[in-house]
Amino acid sequence: MTSPNPPVAPAAKRSLRERVDLERIGLALAAPVLAVLLSLIIAGGLLAVSGRDPFDAFSIMWNYGTASDGQVAVLNKATVYYLAAAAAAFGFRMNLFNIGIEGQYKLAMMFAAFVGSQVDLPAFLQIPLLLVVAMCVGGLWASIAGLLKVYRGVSEVISTIMLNAIATAVIGVLLVPGIFAPKTSGTTNSIQTGKISESSHFFSIETQGGTLWGFVVIAVLVGVVFQFTLNRTRFGFDLRATGRSESAAGASGVNVKRMVITSIVVSGALAGLVGLPELMQNTPYFGQNVQTGLGFIGISVALLGRNTPIGIAFSALLFAFLDASGAQLPTRGDYPSEIIPVIQGTIVICVVVAYELVRRYGLKRQQQKVGAELAAQAAAAAQKEVAA
Amino acid sequence: MVANHDIDITVRRGTVHALMGENGAGKSTLMKILYGMQKPDEGTIAVDGEQVEFSTPADAIARGIGMVHQHFMLADNFTVWENIVLGGEGLYGIGARAKARIRELSDQYGLGVKPDALVEDLGVADRQRVEILKVLYRGARILILDEPTAVLVPQEVDALFDNLRELKAEGVTVIFISHKLHEVLSVADAISVIRRGTTVGDADPRRVTARELAELMVGAELPSPQSRESTVTDTEMLRVEGLRIAKPDAEGIERVVLDDVSLRIRKGEILGIAGVEGNGQAELVEAIMGMLPLDAGTVTLDGADLTRTLTRARREAGIGYIPEDRHRHGLLLEAPLWENRILGHVTERPNSKGVLLDPAGARADTQRIVEEYDVRTPGIEVTAASLSGGNQQKLIIGREMSHSPKLLIAAHPTRGVDVGAQAQIWEQIRSAQREGLAVLLISADLDELIGLSDTIRVIYRGRLVADADPATVTAEDLGSAMTGAATGHIESDPRAVAEAQAVAAEGTEASTGAPSTDTADDEQAGE
Repeated sequence: MTSPNPPVAPAAKRSLRERVDLERIGLALAAPVLAVLLSLIIAGGLLAVSGRDPFDAFSIMWNYGTASDGQVAVLNKATVYYLAAAAAAFGFRMNLFNIGIEGQYKLAMMFAAFVGSQVDLPAFLQIPLLLVVAMCVGGLWASIAGLLKVYRGVSEVISTIMLNAIATAVIGVLLVPGIFAPKTSGTTNSIQTGKISESSHFFSIETQGGTLWGFVVIAVLVGVVFQFTLNRTRFGFDLRATGRSESAAGASGVNVKRMVITSIVVSGALAGLVGLPELMQNTPYFGQNVQTGLGFIGISVALLGRNTPIGIAFSALLFAFLDASGAQLPTRGDYPSEIIPVIQGTIVICVVVAYELVRRYGLKRQQQKVGAELAAQAAAAAQKEVAA
Repeated sequence: MVANHDIDITVRRGTVHALMGENGAGKSTLMKILYGMQKPDEGTIAVDGEQVEFSTPADAIARGIGMVHQHFMLADNFTVWENIVLGGEGLYGIGARAKARIRELSDQYGLGVKPDALVEDLGVADRQRVEILKVLYRGARILILDEPTAVLVPQEVDALFDNLRELKAEGVTVIFISHKLHEVLSVADAISVIRRGTTVGDADPRRVTARELAELMVGAELPSPQSRESTVTDTEMLRVEGLRIAKPDAEGIERVVLDDVSLRIRKGEILGIAGVEGNGQAELVEAIMGMLPLDAGTVTLDGADLTRTLTRARREAGIGYIPEDRHRHGLLLEAPLWENRILGHVTERPNSKGVLLDPAGARADTQRIVEEYDVRTPGIEVTAASLSGGNQQKLIIGREMSHSPKLLIAAHPTRGVDVGAQAQIWEQIRSAQREGLAVLLISADLDELIGLSDTIRVIYRGRLVADADPATVTAEDLGSAMTGAATGHIESDPRAVAEAQAVAAEGTEASTGAPSTDTADDEQAGE
């Protein structure tokens, strides 16, 4: 991780030292590393207090994470986390707190599953169709919060939380036999949509550690487009400007209202993708036992990854590793898997505090540095004058 | 960052002591220290000869120091006496005794406060009296008033000054913060001037003139109107017709903030708007920038009707904007300088090509601005927050001038800017004018207005009520027009004008050294 921006030809004029500001990178890395260490210490302490050997527990996790089947499981989980985190991060960059990823992805997943079960096009049309359906549903659902914020001043935090509850109810209303679920569901108690067609299955890679989901390609693509849009386009500049100072952006000509709606819709569209890896690679239908909580994990991952595409890639991998390896704890020894949420929770709390401290420290330090450098320049100039 | 250093002020008992200084001069920080909201790094405070140390406002109150904030802190749905008793329940209880004490205080100082009135039914001036009474009720013998006249109309200002005299007569000491010359001269017994965080002088209000005070405050010799020739042409650049904006205030009552404002600016002309802050200047600027919706009126720039366009389109059409509050409207403080150079001109070259940004182009151009406009910075990758106010302002001016604007809106361009940068900014505005730019100049500094403008209009309660030729008006007469006392075309006594200009001329001669070296630097940078 040298520089978040891929160097472009004209910028190559700047020396390498200028682009790779070691101190800044050091500061940026210090906070998450310290947070992870601290949370491991706390978790280890908890295990020790309950009379278990923390090092044994950590080594079980480590061994699982370094085995190839563990790595595939981690990558598959990280793909999902990455998409959820990208959705959250896009909102955060604009100072919007989209808590509604949860509802957005479930609703999007259900519609995608329904369309996938009703339509059977060739795969090269079917797969994009499902992606588009999911993104549209997620985006539209999120747009409700955007419109409420812009025209009625409702905080998106409140409205997206409410929309999560409403989404659950909407799913309950639609996911009944005769509407989204096939009429002849018969003996089983669980209600689910029909199976998506064969052509809806996303490609996957068979490895010796198991099946690696091809959706990881989509996640990487999302990251690249995210980074490019934010840092290289006018739209991205407007978005970052609005996130940094709404008033300054407004005065600079950004249509802040439209920006709010656009960014929350994009966030919702990204959220729409979150459920698809599961649907198109693992469970070919949407039912009541769909995985929940991905939206909230996404928020944590985005916070830890500092809302940058590269940062959230690392934090998605970390969270996926913790979750996947944590599941091994109860089976391979007398360790409660609840220790994993403890680790994740402390990481997030520590990192939020640490980032703010680092941000303030960095700002102050730069002010001092600039002051010192200017004073030195002035002194040098004065000396020259005296010499002359 | 040192906000205050080496401040020495002695306030005598039973006087009105004015503390003057420009915005950002450090008045507020000083007041926070006196009121225990902030601790000084060094130095001492003594009350009645006894050294004291405040760590909270409660300590200050215990020593008899009370503060009336610029923004009132009253609960609207409570009555006056409930508001006064709130937080001071231990003093006289919450019943009849408290009410009696309030009446007694109100009579003693002639405040005329009715204890049973609901605060939401009171006007601004009455609320201010409640605030004063609140402080007196807590036993304050030293009152700090933070810009108390900023929210008042002239008659209310006079009434407030009567109250202050009453308080003084009863032995209360008043510290009065303001940057309005004429008010200070009329009410204060002693004046201390603060500039860049330090006391630069004391003045006796009976002997000092407004101009001398202004120079103490600003610290630079002010430009004078006759030191240049007119560059005004006949081509109309900006035409504003019948602007009207009404918006609800904090109480939800519709208030007309701009009423039938019409103005024209020709190429090469600087139009100055004079007015007491809060009379519609900010709204006028925002209306022209497209940041506030209009209720009526049109804005035409160089023949193109901009009334229905958005801010971005107006900027692209050629409006440059130096905002009043550069931290809120002009900069992204945590972004590097080159990103700040893009701000506001993201659709224009060299910042972007099509929908893509051009960081290399923006960086190169930022470097150029830094050199040409003498922005003192170690590089263009540092954040805007690490620059001083003056250098931030120079960056903004450089940015706005880089897109060959047709109209420049300069709202308080030298506010909170150090002396050296101030002269450079004035020179930049003038050279832009020579190149045929139309300039709308808003300033609270009357001498700056008189020095730079070709025409002056006076704004009062959202209306343009008077106009003046800067060559035939004095700051004193302009000041009285700003309070609504004079309307129409104002012209001062020629002798007074001549006198003011003579003072200005002296100043200009004395200061020829510094600015000329600056221009030399600029020329070199241009090559």
